[in-house]
Formats: sequence, C-alpha cells, structure tokens
Amino acid sequence: MITGHYKTRYTADEGIWSTWPKQAGLVAALVALAVLPLIANNYVLLLAGQIAIFIIAVVGLNVLVGYTGLMSLGHGAFFAIGAYTTVAVHHEFPNTFPLITLLISIAVAAAFGVLFGLPSLRVKGLYLAVATLSANFIVLFLIRQEWLAEWTGGVSGTETPNAVLFGYELRSQRAQYYFIVPIMLIMLLFAQNLFRTRFGRALIAIRDKDYSAEILGISLYSHKLKSFAISAAYCGAAGCLWAYFFPAILPEDFGLNMSITLVVCLVAGGMGRTLGPVFGTVLILLVPEILKIVFANVTDGDANAQMLFSPMRDIAFGVLIIGFLIFEPMGLVSIWDRFWRFVDRWPFSK
Amino acid sequence: MLSVTHASLAFGGIRALDDVSFTAETGHITAIIGPNGAGKTSLFNIISGFYQPQSGSIHFDGTDITGMRADKRAAMGMARTFQNIALFRGMTVLDNIKLGGHTRLRSGFWSSGFYYGAARREEAALRADIERDVIDFLELDHIRKAPVAALPYGLQKRVELARALAMRPKVLLLDEPVAGMNREETEDMARFILDIQDRWETTILLVEHDMGMVMDISNKVIVLNFGRKIADGTPDVVQRQPDVIEAYLGTSEDREVTV
Repeated sequence: MITGHYKTRYTADEGIWSTWPKQAGLVAALVALAVLPLIANNYVLLLAGQIAIFIIAVVGLNVLVGYTGLMSLGHGAFFAIGAYTTVAVHHEFPNTFPLITLLISIAVAAAFGVLFGLPSLRVKGLYLAVATLSANFIVLFLIRQEWLAEWTGGVSGTETPNAVLFGYELRSQRAQYYFIVPIMLIMLLFAQNLFRTRFGRALIAIRDKDYSAEILGISLYSHKLKSFAISAAYCGAAGCLWAYFFPAILPEDFGLNMSITLVVCLVAGGMGRTLGPVFGTVLILLVPEILKIVFANVTDGDANAQMLFSPMRDIAFGVLIIGFLIFEPMGLVSIWDRFWRFVDRWPFSK
Repeated sequence: MLSVTHASLAFGGIRALDDVSFTAETGHITAIIGPNGAGKTSLFNIISGFYQPQSGSIHFDGTDITGMRADKRAAMGMARTFQNIALFRGMTVLDNIKLGGHTRLRSGFWSSGFYYGAARREEAALRADIERDVIDFLELDHIRKAPVAALPYGLQKRVELARALAMRPKVLLLDEPVAGMNREETEDMARFILDIQDRWETTILLVEHDMGMVMDISNKVIVLNFGRKIADGTPDVVQRQPDVIEAYLGTSEDREVTV
C-alpha cells in the first residue's frame, strides 16, 4: 500500500492530522472559521450558525445510523427535547450559565435517547425506523399538551432566552457564532476520538457483524442503548443551541421534516465518517440559499417570474440530490478522500 | 479447562445434540469431527453461548457458564472463529484485530472522547501489543492497513484467527479453520495453531473436516454423529474404531476402508 509517509512510532501512525498538508489544512480551516464573522454580513452568519447547529445534530445521528447501523427517523424529537429543556431551565432559573443549560439539555436528551432506544434491542432496519418515527410524534404531542404549556408554550410556541456569558448577552449573530462554532468543533473532535478508540470501535463492530461483536465480549444491549444516548445527546446539544440562537421556537420546527433533513444531510455527506456530516450539512443547507440567489438574479425581482421559478428551485434541488446519490453514493466525503489520496501521492498521482 | 456435561439441544423435533459430554484438557488441542449435520457447530454454539442447551451444563475454567451471555463468556477468556468468516468488513485488518482487545481494555467514555490520559496510553499499548504478538506472529505485516473485504479467502481466515488471538484467550474455538484452503495454506494454518498452543499454552478446540490435519495436530479427537458422541480418544485410537469408519463411509461389508 502506497502512503508516502514514514513513521517511526505507533502513536504517530494512529494520529489524525498526521501529515503536514493536513495540518496546514486544519489551521487554514480554523483561521477561516475565526475570521468569517469579521467579514460576513448577518445573513451569512445566520446561515453559518444554523449550519453549525445542524452539524452537531447530524454528527449525533451519524453515531447511531452511520456507526452503529441503527436507523432513526425520529431525531427531531431529541432536537426538540434539547431546545425545550433549555427554555424550561431558563423559565425556572433565568440566570443559568449557558454551558450548564447545555449539559442539562444533553443529559435530558440522552435519557430520552435510552428510552426511545429500547425498541432497538428487539427490532432492526425499517421496523426500527418506524419505531423511532413514533418517538418523534410522541415527543411533539407531549410538547403541545396544555399541562406542559407553562414550560413549552404549547401549540403556539414560545420565545427563547439568549445566552448570557459573564454578564454579556449574546444578542447579535456574530456573538452567537463565536459561542456555537467552538462547541461544534469540540463535539466534532469528541466524535472523531470516540471512533478511533475502544468504545467507538465496538459500535462499528456491531454495525458490521453483530454476532461477531458479541463473541469478542461486546454487550449488544448496553452498546446499542449507549449509542442511542450519545446520538440523542448530540441532538440535545444542537437543540439547546438552537433555542439560544433563534428568538422563538414552535413544536412544528422539530417534526418529521427536520428528522428527514438530518438523515438527508448524513447520507449526502457520507455515513460512518467524521467529516461526512459536515460536508452533507453544508451542502444541504447551503444549496437552497444559493439557488434562491441564482433564481432571484435570473428573475430580476419580477414577481410573476418569481412565482414561476419558485417550484423550479425545488426541482433543481431535488435533481442535485439525486445526482449526488448516483455519482457519489458514499457521500461527499469520498471526494474528500480522493483529494487527499492525490495530495499524499503527489507528484506521482495520476 | 472446558467441559461439557450431558448437553442436549433440539430444534423442534430435530435433536442437534443428544447427551454430549466431553472435556478439553488445558493446553491441549481437542478436535471435534463428524459428518455434515452431526452437530459440531451446534456444539460450538452452546459452548460460546449463542444457543442454550435444553439440558446439561458447561464449565469453563472452574465456573459453570451454562446460561451466561456470549459476551460475558468472551470476557472470561473464550475466543472463537466462524466457519464462514465473520470479520468486520468495513474495517481495516488492524481495526479488526484491535477489536479482539476489547475486553482487555478499560478506558472509559470520556477519556476516549478526549483521547487523553488512560485511553491514549491504552490504545498505544494495545497497538504495540498487537504488532508484537499477533501481526508479527501471524505474518500479517504487509496488509495491516488493508480493508479486510479486499483480502483473499485464506488471509481473511488468518485475520479472523488474529482477532481471536488478540483476546489472549484461555480457550480458542476454531470452526473449520482450513475449510476451502489449498495444501500450502492448510499447512501454514496448522503450523500457526501448533505455535499458538506452544507459545501461550492455549486450550484449543477445533472443528475440522481435513482429516489429515486433525489426526496430525490434535491430542484428542471427539467424533459426533447425528448429535451423539460416538468416539472420544487419541487420534490413533479413534481412527481405528469401526463405528467411526461407518459414520464416515457408511456400512461396508465387502470393502476394506481406512479413514
């Protein structure tokens, strides 16, 4: 196998940024993320914040669907639990430190994750997908209930608090961005580390061959439930940040639509890979916005033409997704792999 | 080290195992042979915990493990390979083998997630361990980073053995380790099995159809037919027993047969 890299220690061989082009790329990406708010307008920052939050949720979904091989169509539920937990915590204790709220949201979502993960011990595949789908409806049903409305706002939704860090209220998109993106990066790194060590490897083993995992001493029950818990925890964190980021939330925000968007982001990016959720989410959330701008320019503000073109936008988006699934069935991350193979072998690459 | 006592297993009306008892001595190679459908793999499955016998008991390392879950038995030091290779196809050879070390590692969730402290040290130690004791030993150096799905059959079998070895098992159950292999690959595998026995004094239990290899390397042979044990003894004794010959070749009145 050609790698072009010589290593003298096993720890170096296990590293994740093992080559200098990768290290340079990482630094460049971090610098770009750090300076983006200084040059971008509020619209771009709104989009960036939304993407960062979604990435956290899709990374969570990836833990379950991509790495453990258990299907879920109900992750909007955990997103909702995170968001509404944040609202409820601030309702009871208005001055809670945001990171504490984040941890509480994570814990509550993880607990619900274990609960809704119980069917996974019995059913697999499509049946599990349907079971998780019902979890989504149950959670939204509860949120809409009158007796919980004091904390959730019921059907009409609720206003959400802003994060206050050391007396400084994060009101602008720019301030929010600097709060959300570091959390996203840490959670992304955490997932990456998890899947190159004992626990994560065990989950991948369950995905690839469950009975084989069992004879290696991996308990299927506890690992499947832990996978659900971690997965839900990530979505709970995303929900918490979502509540801080937007001024108000509605139960409908976290419905089937969101659950499916999460799955689409994951599939488009590449399942079972750390960066898959990142690429997928950026693509799926950014493309409609780009199409909006393109079509707005084409129609030149003409109201009639816009009426005509608005379904075209959805069609273009659909065609693009289908195209990606046909030409990059393993997700965008395979383009990324090809790129690094090229760099690694340069100047001998084809 | 491992003993099965009066074990019976039935699927509906089919008796897969009928009152089977045997003992595998510590550090010995015990082979289980028999015609197709004799219950060899069923016997393996009740030993490793996939099936529970309807009656009888299984003792491992002084403990009654009847009714214990498969993953708990693995944690006690029981490893096995499968007849039709059961590797994790999405992973590299190295990751497959590392999974064998699962029960030997202790690092927790948080330490792993931050790749700091215990987890980092443990992973490095595991890697060094595997490289020294497994990859080098089974001559897998050249393919450690290759995805297992891309390897030829014989090598996949060897990777599966490597994964089992990474568990540092007390008992190693090998289900047809040389099935479908050519002469040379079979000899390699036989050599590895003997080396494992020699180096770690592992108790080895073997299901195999290759009689040449079975008779060559085993200390004891157990013969099953229609779920019943029909012979138990050293290779020399077993292959001269008339009912063993009959089980393999059918009744013969007018022909001289040897196994």
